[in-house]
Amino acid sequence: MSTHTTITPGDADTPMFYLAEEHHPENGTLLGFWIYLMSDCLIFAVLFAMYGVLGRSYAAGPSGADLFDLTTVAINTAMLLFSSITYGFAMLEMEKGRQGPTLVWLVITGLFGLAFVGLELTEFAHLFHEGATPQRSAFLSSFFTLVATHGLHVSFGIVWLITLMVQVVQKGLIPENKRRLMCLSMFWHFLDVVWIGVFTFVYLMGSLR
Amino acid sequence: MSISPDLLTFVFGRLTFEALPFHEPILVATFAVVALGGAGLLALLTYLKVWGYLWTEWLTTIDHKKIGVMYIIMAVIMLVRGFSDAIMMRLQQAMAFGDAQGYLPPEHYDQIFTAHGVIMIFFVAMPLITGLMNFVVPLQIGARDVAFPFLNNFSFWMTAGGAVLVMISLFIGEFAKTGWLAYPPLSGIAYSPGVGVDYYIWSLQIAGVGTLLSGVNLIATIVKMRAPGMTLMRMPIFTWTALCSNILIVASFPVLTATLVLLSLDRYVGTNFFTNDFGGSAMMYVNLIWIWGHPEVYILVLPAFGVFSEVTATFCGKRLFGYASMVYATVVITILSYLVWLHHFFTMGSGASVNSFFGITTMIISIPTGAKIFNWLFTMYRGRIRFEVPMLWTVSFMVTFTIGGMTGVLLAVPPADFVLHNSLFLIAHFHNVIIGGVVFGMFAGITYWFPKAFGFRLDPFWGKMSFWFWTVGFYFAFMPLYVLGLMGVTRRVNHFEDPSLQIWFVIAAFGAVLIAIGIASFLIQLFVSFRRREALKDVTGDPWNGRTLEWSTSSPPPAYNFALTPVVHDLDAWEDMKRRGYVRPTEGFIPIHMPKNTGAGVILAGVSVVIGFAMIWHIWWLAGLGFVSLLAIAIGHTFNYNRDFHIPADEVVRTEGRRTQLLAAGA
Amino acid sequence: MTKLRRLVLLPLLGLLSGCNMVVLNPSGDVAAQQRDLLIVSTALMLLIIVPVIVLTLLFAWRYRSSNKDAVYAPEWAHSTGLEVVIWSAPLVIIIALGAITWVSTHLLDPYRPIERLDASRPIPEGVKPLTVQVVALDWKWLFVYPDLGVATVNELAAPVDTPIAFKITASSVMNSFYVPALAGQIYAMPGMETKLHAVINKPGDYEGFSANYSGQGFSGMRFKFRGLGREDFDKWVASVKADGGGLERQDYLALERPSEREPVRHYASVASDLYDAILNRCVDRSKMCQSDMMRIDAQGGLGVAGVENVITLGKDGRDRAFAKSYVAAVCTPEAPRASVASEAPVGGRSGEPPIFEMKATRTSFVSDGRSPAARAVSSE
Repeated sequence: MSTHTTITPGDADTPMFYLAEEHHPENGTLLGFWIYLMSDCLIFAVLFAMYGVLGRSYAAGPSGADLFDLTTVAINTAMLLFSSITYGFAMLEMEKGRQGPTLVWLVITGLFGLAFVGLELTEFAHLFHEGATPQRSAFLSSFFTLVATHGLHVSFGIVWLITLMVQVVQKGLIPENKRRLMCLSMFWHFLDVVWIGVFTFVYLMGSLR
Repeated sequence: MSISPDLLTFVFGRLTFEALPFHEPILVATFAVVALGGAGLLALLTYLKVWGYLWTEWLTTIDHKKIGVMYIIMAVIMLVRGFSDAIMMRLQQAMAFGDAQGYLPPEHYDQIFTAHGVIMIFFVAMPLITGLMNFVVPLQIGARDVAFPFLNNFSFWMTAGGAVLVMISLFIGEFAKTGWLAYPPLSGIAYSPGVGVDYYIWSLQIAGVGTLLSGVNLIATIVKMRAPGMTLMRMPIFTWTALCSNILIVASFPVLTATLVLLSLDRYVGTNFFTNDFGGSAMMYVNLIWIWGHPEVYILVLPAFGVFSEVTATFCGKRLFGYASMVYATVVITILSYLVWLHHFFTMGSGASVNSFFGITTMIISIPTGAKIFNWLFTMYRGRIRFEVPMLWTVSFMVTFTIGGMTGVLLAVPPADFVLHNSLFLIAHFHNVIIGGVVFGMFAGITYWFPKAFGFRLDPFWGKMSFWFWTVGFYFAFMPLYVLGLMGVTRRVNHFEDPSLQIWFVIAAFGAVLIAIGIASFLIQLFVSFRRREALKDVTGDPWNGRTLEWSTSSPPPAYNFALTPVVHDLDAWEDMKRRGYVRPTEGFIPIHMPKNTGAGVILAGVSVVIGFAMIWHIWWLAGLGFVSLLAIAIGHTFNYNRDFHIPADEVVRTEGRRTQLLAAGA
Repeated sequence: MTKLRRLVLLPLLGLLSGCNMVVLNPSGDVAAQQRDLLIVSTALMLLIIVPVIVLTLLFAWRYRSSNKDAVYAPEWAHSTGLEVVIWSAPLVIIIALGAITWVSTHLLDPYRPIERLDASRPIPEGVKPLTVQVVALDWKWLFVYPDLGVATVNELAAPVDTPIAFKITASSVMNSFYVPALAGQIYAMPGMETKLHAVINKPGDYEGFSANYSGQGFSGMRFKFRGLGREDFDKWVASVKADGGGLERQDYLALERPSEREPVRHYASVASDLYDAILNRCVDRSKMCQSDMMRIDAQGGLGVAGVENVITLGKDGRDRAFAKSYVAAVCTPEAPRASVASEAPVGGRSGEPPIFEMKATRTSFVSDGRSPAARAVSSE
């Protein structure tokens, strides 16, 4: 809905000091949401920093190399990456104004997201079962917090996705809903980028050591 | 019939009757006063039948002007609370020498200095600047409202929710006894098992959401909603400082949020981020909290600088000297404020190179700050200075802040900091810059923009009373603390042995009393001005011969701010308009698109307070229920697509017609 | 007018001279250098602060609106020359101050051993510094003199004109070790060691205290710092040795418990490894020393089996001085509580057999059979 009014200011001799028609400033939602995402990025930055400092403080307990199962994590990463691609397809369909295919791709995205969260929960359950709980060491505290914060974001993303799907069904691809889908799109891809950081910094480097 | 203790614990968590401070006479008395006052107020509101009005016009409002006013009202209320804490501390320290233990045991005293710091920073200074920015920025840039009006309402109520939790802690349970930044391990569960730190965490987290969203909102507003023709370098200085301040908010508050989350996890889940055992590192907390904490100082002071710039230009009847260098100075301060955090703990044992790096970056900040002071100075040069109350605050600021800046640079020299760190010298320094900078700035700003908000000026006599008592009181209250700092007296001590210190504490307490009179004068000023509102009336909308757009509309401005969107051709747009013979339009009005009020913000914030309270007292079922309903209400709110309406053209015509008549009558 | 001002100023000066500004009048060389730095920096800044304040008041007076004689230039808002001056004047001051900062911060780094007794005297050859180990406890100070084999609580003594090397740690929360007359402060933090080098030049009793809030008893966390002549110091050491008992690990564990306004205590002997044990948080031998933990961590931890190596205290363990749970010590020569095959490689991977088993007398395993992650809980 970026109905930007072009202004024709009067010339220097007879300046116009006001607009005769209603001024429609550019919609700030996408910018605002982007700024919010950057602030969220800082939260992750703090958690990464925490992990960077405490990631080797095993307190004579297990290390990442002892605990991580790279296969599961790789599958998990694939789930999230696929979900980003399918979200992209949904946005392409949205641009074409095709509600049905948009919804189908959104459903697929949601399923990939659910698979990701499910696999992550399985991994956590496994770690808890081994006794590698967040309380055991500063390393585990920072590991669980970083990964779970990301997982919580994905879960909220899924809730949001379902809400938006309902709204698209109710109202169709109206400008408001398109804008909302754009915001969620940014959110979703942002989480993907963060996950790449988690995967590299936490899992890969943690396993390599 | 007996109730099983397990059931009680399930229902009430760790909340018991013992949590109510019946054994503290001071608190019981305070509670009685607050309860009676509150009940009286509620009764009065009911009697006047204004609940409906309050709900529709204020609580649910998305009008940035009303939200700004509510922020400031809240800040003034909290100022009284925070100042009560201050004067109690001053009294205790003036009394407790040798055998005399004073009247506050450590148990109580430690809560008071923590609450004082938290309240003054988060619930006085922050709402004052957010309120002022909210009110002024859209008017200065010629916008109808902020970018996200509903979010603005929600932000305010979240901030208010945090304040409510702090106030609850006074009467149910206790507040933190850790100092205002709650350093672990002291704030960890092992050394602070009570609810105090939890109150601290949850009130800051809830208020923090508000602050962050308000920051996002104002940035988007300034970037996207400026009137046509207002390029970045034609933006009023206050808007510039607001932009930088909000960028700082967005770039630093997430760090606070994350840090407090980690502290909460340590306390609730038993993780080991900041604990002594299991590899935790308390030093990380200290670093992180100051990575937020130092920018926070500039978040507060930049808008105050903006106020002083506007006030100086207006009351000197001159363009601001060195606008461009003022802008660059502001931007440089914004960036540098991230490179100095370590100066808050030179004494933690970093190497000499690290310490001197952070010491020198700190000093570098004084260069743009110094340039700003010179810019105000040369704005006064060859001006026609009208010493109205805002200008008095400004001159007092320039002198006071300069002294505070000097002691600040002194503390930035690491070896000098080793002898002054955590001493009363430090306390004197930061009160010197926060009172001399932020508080004076906010008083100047409130006095300056009050007629814009309410249509009448503040009574100048009581304004001057407030000004003189604050200024003189400040020097009496804090100069002795510099001396005490040099005598090697450290902060947060509630009892002294050396009798030679006492006289200085007595002088400081006297200063605090003068400041109390200053605050009282301000409250009297509000009352007197309201009584004399006809005599103090501003019909022109431009009582000070202002220079920026907000003075071009009526006082108070209509809901839509500007009937027709202004077009900007110059810095100091309104001055330019006046100079070049602008004629106010009286016809050609069109319907105006405006957002609708909504109750979602106040409800969501209310639920958040309940969640916070439940988490503090470990009432898990309530917290869970609260969280689910929070989510449900938020989602439900997104199903409301019918969020705006049009003010019909004939209503605009009527409103503007009234103003035409008023202007004609006034001329 | 001037008379009036003098009347006002006199009592103020009287007050100032009457009080002991220890920071500006210290008795140790390090603090004296810090004082000099304070004065030099202040003087440098006054070069710019005084003109600003004077000009503010002057302009405010001169350009008041009622003064119609003053020039009024409403459009004058830029002057490149002035701009250069207002940016470069503070810049010059800061360059000077920055240089002073860089040099003095390195010179007065508390970790750097001192090189002189005072401005005129270098350290005589053969003088060994006196080492003092400082522990901030809840809420009192413990001073251990490893070379002399004695320890004191809330009293610190040192011979004049002898370098002192402080090693500083804390038992529970953060404090700050500060004797204003001697030298600047430095934090005392649990599990960490900070250092401070200083010298006292004048005999006398001085105030020392914690300069970082540490809870309930913080205000009373003060001690006497006694600068003594050589002979007096020797006498003092002899008296400590004469009237004190010993400070062994179990005595320390009792001392460590929170208490306020403790009287001065002397210990004629002290366990030689006590300070290291405090620093490494393993005075209680069932706890793993942090130095061991860090060594193990550097080699990759103890593997999945390491999750079991935790002792959890019961509810009564929720005492200010003690964490609720901690990592258990593995075998030490004098306390073979839990046996680790010390020759077994640390850092076992999952799949390998558990590399240690616990046979603690104080700990027993509660296994619910469901989880292999059985917790060791205190039987106390």
